[in-house]
Amino acid sequence: MVGIESYAVYLPVPRLDRADVARVIGGRGKGVRPVASYDEDATTMGVAAARAALRSGGGVDSLWFATTRPAYLEKSNAATVAAAAGLAAEVAAYDLSGALRGGAGALRAGLSAGASVVVASDVRYGLPGSADEAEGADAAAALVVGPDPIAELVGTASLTSEFLDRWRIPGEVRTRTWEERFGVEEYVPLVERVVDDVLGRCELKREQIDHVVLSTPHARARASARRGFEAAQLAATDAAALGYAGAADLAVGLALALDAASPGDLVLAVSATDGADAFVFRVTERHATSGRSGLADTPPGQPVSYGDFLNWRGLLPREPARRPDVKPPVPPAARRTASWKFGFVAAQCGSCGYRNLPPRQVCLRCSASEGFEPVSMVDVPGRIATFTDDWLSESVQLPARVVAVDFEGSGRFECEMTDAVGRELAIGDRVSPTFRLASVAANGVRNYVWKVRPHLEEED
Amino acid sequence: MGSHALATPVAVVGMACTNFGELWDRNVDDLLVEATHGALGAAGGLGVDDVDAFWLGSMISGVSGLTLTRPLNISHKPVTRVENMCATGSEAFRNACYAVSSGAYDVVMAVGGEKLKDAGYSGLEMPSVPNDGTPPVLSAPAMYSMIVPAYARRYGVSEEQIKEAMTHIAWKNHGNGARNPRAQFRKEVPKETIAAAPTLAGRLSVFDCSGVADGAAAAVIVRAEDALKYTDKPLYVHALALDAGSGTGRNDSDYDYSDLAEAAASARTAYAQAGITDPATEISLAEVHDCFTPTELVLMEELGFSERGKAWRDVLDGRYDRDGALPVNIDGGLKSFGHPIGASGLRMIFEMWLQFRGEAGERQVADPRFGLVQNQGGSPGDLVSAVTIVSDRRP
Repeated sequence: MVGIESYAVYLPVPRLDRADVARVIGGRGKGVRPVASYDEDATTMGVAAARAALRSGGGVDSLWFATTRPAYLEKSNAATVAAAAGLAAEVAAYDLSGALRGGAGALRAGLSAGASVVVASDVRYGLPGSADEAEGADAAAALVVGPDPIAELVGTASLTSEFLDRWRIPGEVRTRTWEERFGVEEYVPLVERVVDDVLGRCELKREQIDHVVLSTPHARARASARRGFEAAQLAATDAAALGYAGAADLAVGLALALDAASPGDLVLAVSATDGADAFVFRVTERHATSGRSGLADTPPGQPVSYGDFLNWRGLLPREPARRPDVKPPVPPAARRTASWKFGFVAAQCGSCGYRNLPPRQVCLRCSASEGFEPVSMVDVPGRIATFTDDWLSESVQLPARVVAVDFEGSGRFECEMTDAVGRELAIGDRVSPTFRLASVAANGVRNYVWKVRPHLEEED
Repeated sequence: MGSHALATPVAVVGMACTNFGELWDRNVDDLLVEATHGALGAAGGLGVDDVDAFWLGSMISGVSGLTLTRPLNISHKPVTRVENMCATGSEAFRNACYAVSSGAYDVVMAVGGEKLKDAGYSGLEMPSVPNDGTPPVLSAPAMYSMIVPAYARRYGVSEEQIKEAMTHIAWKNHGNGARNPRAQFRKEVPKETIAAAPTLAGRLSVFDCSGVADGAAAAVIVRAEDALKYTDKPLYVHALALDAGSGTGRNDSDYDYSDLAEAAASARTAYAQAGITDPATEISLAEVHDCFTPTELVLMEELGFSERGKAWRDVLDGRYDRDGALPVNIDGGLKSFGHPIGASGLRMIFEMWLQFRGEAGERQVADPRFGLVQNQGGSPGDLVSAVTIVSDRRP
């Protein structure tokens, strides 16, 4: 038996109000959508989801990372996700970058691999005023696959179809689409056929399915295809009303369906992008006690102005402070300290017990020079020792909220406090570590670091 | 083991200091030549060849002693460049004093100079070793602004009261700078203007920050017993102290950002050398490292001038004003004299040179007994501090 052992969804905190978009660019808009913050990208969001899912899943020997907005090309982003998720060097990490269908591909590959973690993460935007900007959702989901599942795989079916419905040139912001009706006529029959194929293989009927996930970038095709199901079957994903999350959409939808499912339920997940993929899962008895997506515990959204949002996406560049250029981290130094830089692993002194952040040769408290133990700080909450707002920072979002953090048990580190735009800070406030971007240098090197964000009571 | 006053005391017998400011028409060579020639002239008209050895302090304006030898056409002399962040000027002076005191040389020079305003941006760029990108990147005002909430919390003072004291310090040092023809900023600024300025970091506005400036200063140093051969009013050195912390405060939860322990340690060492037991009454005037106004505030406690947690009150009471009991930064300080890194420590000693010779004009302090110079580099928790004590009396 193989299937999903644990799963998690990560939603960024900022919320873009569509009415705010409409005020600037025209048209109408209502409701909000989640957007990745100024210091997030597909990789950092993927790390957050993977960390959460791996907390309760079994061991994995491969990682499959899907996104249409890869932070790097040629250099693997999956490797970064694996390192920051604390996975061992023996875990094979692979990227499915570019095509939306990579989300379904990663799931299929992960299920075939057996003990794996499937991470799908995407940042959805386009030119100002585009449908992708208004209707997208920035999100990530991770599914840990293994032999003791909470949802066992019953069957799969796939169809591949070569046609141009939407396309984006590498490096460009804009995604182009063909006429809407063309896509409807291609996608709706594909969905019908792949659903028939998978249900046939599983010897199931449509009405036996409890939860349906229908993921496609083509909104009108989705509206047509959903007529083949009952509203109750689609209720779990409908209720979340997140918007289309790109390569992460299928996994996010699956997580929403599993959140709503009970042992014995059947879940059908369909993705329609350049063809169609269908997966049927049966929820097992293990699900009752297993951890859920974490979506219900997501911190409340924080509004972001349309101007800040466009600035974050590089679409409204702001005059920078008259300060020296950002210095990129250098690869040999980042390699030497990878467990610290990416894994947030401190060195706990064997003599006095103080946690040295970053790890050192000589303990900063007692000067002992041997006997250090590596200790992960990722799940260690802390408190603000002191703080400031830095308007001269190289951070994209000014002022940078800078805090000195004292971690529970011991350890002190200074870093940027994120997800705290406009938030009142005080000495003693609780914070939690989070993997983010410090800066992107002129040579394109992305400086990933661990920061802190406000601590959520649910984490206790 | 121990730290001691110099076995053979030394004296400054000639000093000079350029104007500080945005000197678009001068490069570092021009500044070093003016300061060096000026100091030699003040020491009874010595020539460059009369100096046996040189110490040059510069953080980012040149490497090696050759930065000094080239413009001055010095050849075949021992010339050393030293660097210790913003305490660089004091380091050049301290090492030069040791060289004379040891008997290795008879006449030495300490020169400090910096050309910052060709960089094209406000503030400083610290030289940094390529790294893994994880050290926190804060602006200098941000690092020092962290003192404010920490100090407020430690002593149960409101941040508004601290801000009021910070505003007083900025107002005082601008007022002092207005009376100094060499200063970068020579204008009094009303407290209302200072208090209303937009923030750059935490509670700090541009008025809480020192001026980024170009400039140079130089001193000729000889053994105290020889001093009167060069000038009839030498400035004698009573103490030379340097304290380098472990630089771990920012990673040590025992550190709370409300104090500058390295400054206190360097002051203790210096007071012992000079035989000072009550600095609050024995020091007549002090030049301290007011890189940011909260720094000067906390330094009043670290140097033993104010009780712990009471400096803000003493500041507001005018104790450190020009006409107060213990004038601090009477030349305008880093705040309005300007802060050309390598020169600043020597600029502070230059004010003592003027004051103890009675040449400070409208800033003149009556009958000073001891003058204290405190010059530091780094940030709270990651600091070096130098303290020098001088007077016109031979130790």
